[in-house]
Amino acid sequence: MGRGFHARLACVEEAAVEVTDLVKRYGDLDAVRGISFTVAAGETFGFLGPNGAGKSTTISMLCTLLRPTSGTARVAGFDVVAERSEVRRHIGLVFQDTTLDDYLTAEENLRFHAELYGVPRAQTAERLGEVLRMVGLWERRSALVRTFSGGMKRRLEIARGLLHSPRVLFLDEPTVGLDPQTRSHIWNYIDDLRKRETITMFLTTHYMDEAEHCDRIAIIDEGRIVIMDTPAKLKASVGRDRVRLETPDTDAAIAALRAVFDLEATLSEGAVTVYVPGGESFVPRLFADLGVPISAISIARPTLDDVFMTYTGRTIRDAEASSNERMASQPWIRAARRR
Amino acid sequence: MSAGLSRVAPAPVRVAGGRWQDDLRAVSMVWRRELIRFSRNRLRIITALVQPVLFLFVLGTGLSSMVSKGLPAGSGNVNFETFMFPGVVGMTVLFTAIFSAVSIVWDREFGFLREMLVAPVRRGALVVGKCLGGATVATSQALIMLVLAGLVGVPYSPVLLATLVGEMALAAVVITSLGIALAARMSQVESFQVVMQMVVLPLFFLSGALFPLKALPAWLAVLTRADPLTYIIDPMRRAVFEHVAASPKLAAAFGARGVTWDGWRVPIGVELGLTAVIGAVLLTIAIATFSRTD
Repeated sequence: MGRGFHARLACVEEAAVEVTDLVKRYGDLDAVRGISFTVAAGETFGFLGPNGAGKSTTISMLCTLLRPTSGTARVAGFDVVAERSEVRRHIGLVFQDTTLDDYLTAEENLRFHAELYGVPRAQTAERLGEVLRMVGLWERRSALVRTFSGGMKRRLEIARGLLHSPRVLFLDEPTVGLDPQTRSHIWNYIDDLRKRETITMFLTTHYMDEAEHCDRIAIIDEGRIVIMDTPAKLKASVGRDRVRLETPDTDAAIAALRAVFDLEATLSEGAVTVYVPGGESFVPRLFADLGVPISAISIARPTLDDVFMTYTGRTIRDAEASSNERMASQPWIRAARRR
Repeated sequence: MSAGLSRVAPAPVRVAGGRWQDDLRAVSMVWRRELIRFSRNRLRIITALVQPVLFLFVLGTGLSSMVSKGLPAGSGNVNFETFMFPGVVGMTVLFTAIFSAVSIVWDREFGFLREMLVAPVRRGALVVGKCLGGATVATSQALIMLVLAGLVGVPYSPVLLATLVGEMALAAVVITSLGIALAARMSQVESFQVVMQMVVLPLFFLSGALFPLKALPAWLAVLTRADPLTYIIDPMRRAVFEHVAASPKLAAAFGARGVTWDGWRVPIGVELGLTAVIGAVLLTIAIATFSRTD
């Protein structure tokens, strides 16, 4: 597993993020229930999970915006509670919601940031040009941010997050609310950035396909890390193909799968799903022996969706539906998060 | 990636380290942002003039004909508008400063506040920058009103103008501090209405901006003396009446010879000192409140 390797690496070079038994509790709701992990310097680490799984709460604690209920976290070598301003000096942040001043130009927004973070004046102009060119906004530097599209704003925020050369860049759902084309654009910039700057990236996402861009991902559900590894290893660990079948009588199909094939099937998004090794050879047997009419069938190699399904027993969309219910009963949580 | 691309070393940039120079840069940047936003919003500058102009020339002129009957003879070009002028200038400072300060709530709503709060600088530096920015904006807005002085019989005397600007700036700092202290606890833009109705309008109406603070019923006299804005408007009015050709009788009729506490005429120095103390207290509260929030 990757953990041993990363633990050793941490001894040689200080880990970028080190989290031990981190807990955040809101009243009687446990948003984060004791998570531990280490992110090595230079790594791109992703938190993958449904909305409400505790991703944003964790990132807020790591960025010193929320105080942990218990447990410890060190970012860039500093404790997030005891050395708050040291942590802040060494991290860059790209939030879910935009935090730009619409009435300033792109360049003025960056200048403001450079002044607040104490970037030496002699370096400001050069660094400003660098990050603006990196995200392709150099030509638009004098335009008011309010004239920017959602994707341009997000790119500008990424540029701003990098302006003071942070050791760790946090990206909380960097592509949420953007159209698919813009999303893939943003990922091009992030991938490019990984190659060009020696930087550790910590990001959260609830898009499975985006998690593929990470060196390692942790799947988080209901405030716990379910499993953590490279995307390739996670998918390999599923070891089976996913077979989805549509049928008029799902209950009978699930019962028959259990009786005839000794398989535990689940019902998600209206289709019966089973995981079997060698999906192609399984399908003919299914048609021959199931005894329940099948209206459609599909086989797929494991994706991160399946990894999530395997380790949590449900799809990420089902998980979001239930976590939304959980959150809806605690409306003040949203208010607390908005700050 | 070609090797020619400028590769940036991991930490070539020394970032803010809690030195006073860093805090000063933060103060100056937050201040500059206020000015940039103010100067870009011409419409706001013009609309902010409408209200004081209406008060001065419509309400002032309207009341003037009625008020002048009760005035002693020989008032020359000194009339009710002259009386109202410092009040209206104070009003411009009040409304502009509160509006600037409460824009923090907009910053919170639209996220920019977060960018400031997560920065590695002392919260106090942000509050001081915001306060100086709001105060500069409010003073600039009131300067436009000063230009109209001649229309209501107030001379453009350099000494008078300098005195008024100084007092306006002091008032602007105090009111901006008040606004920030209030805004620090507000999470919704809607709360701005509450502040306007519950805080700003009472402050304004009780300040002596619109009527002389003399021969009032006891309850109103007490309320007006408890209004800190009274001690901002009063010195400005006294300065104006020192520079216009008004007989002592006329000045007395307008209550322009100073606010009294139970018959004792409060010296200008005490009024300004009191204002400065209130401002310092409010600023301290504002900084403390902001330093507590995450």
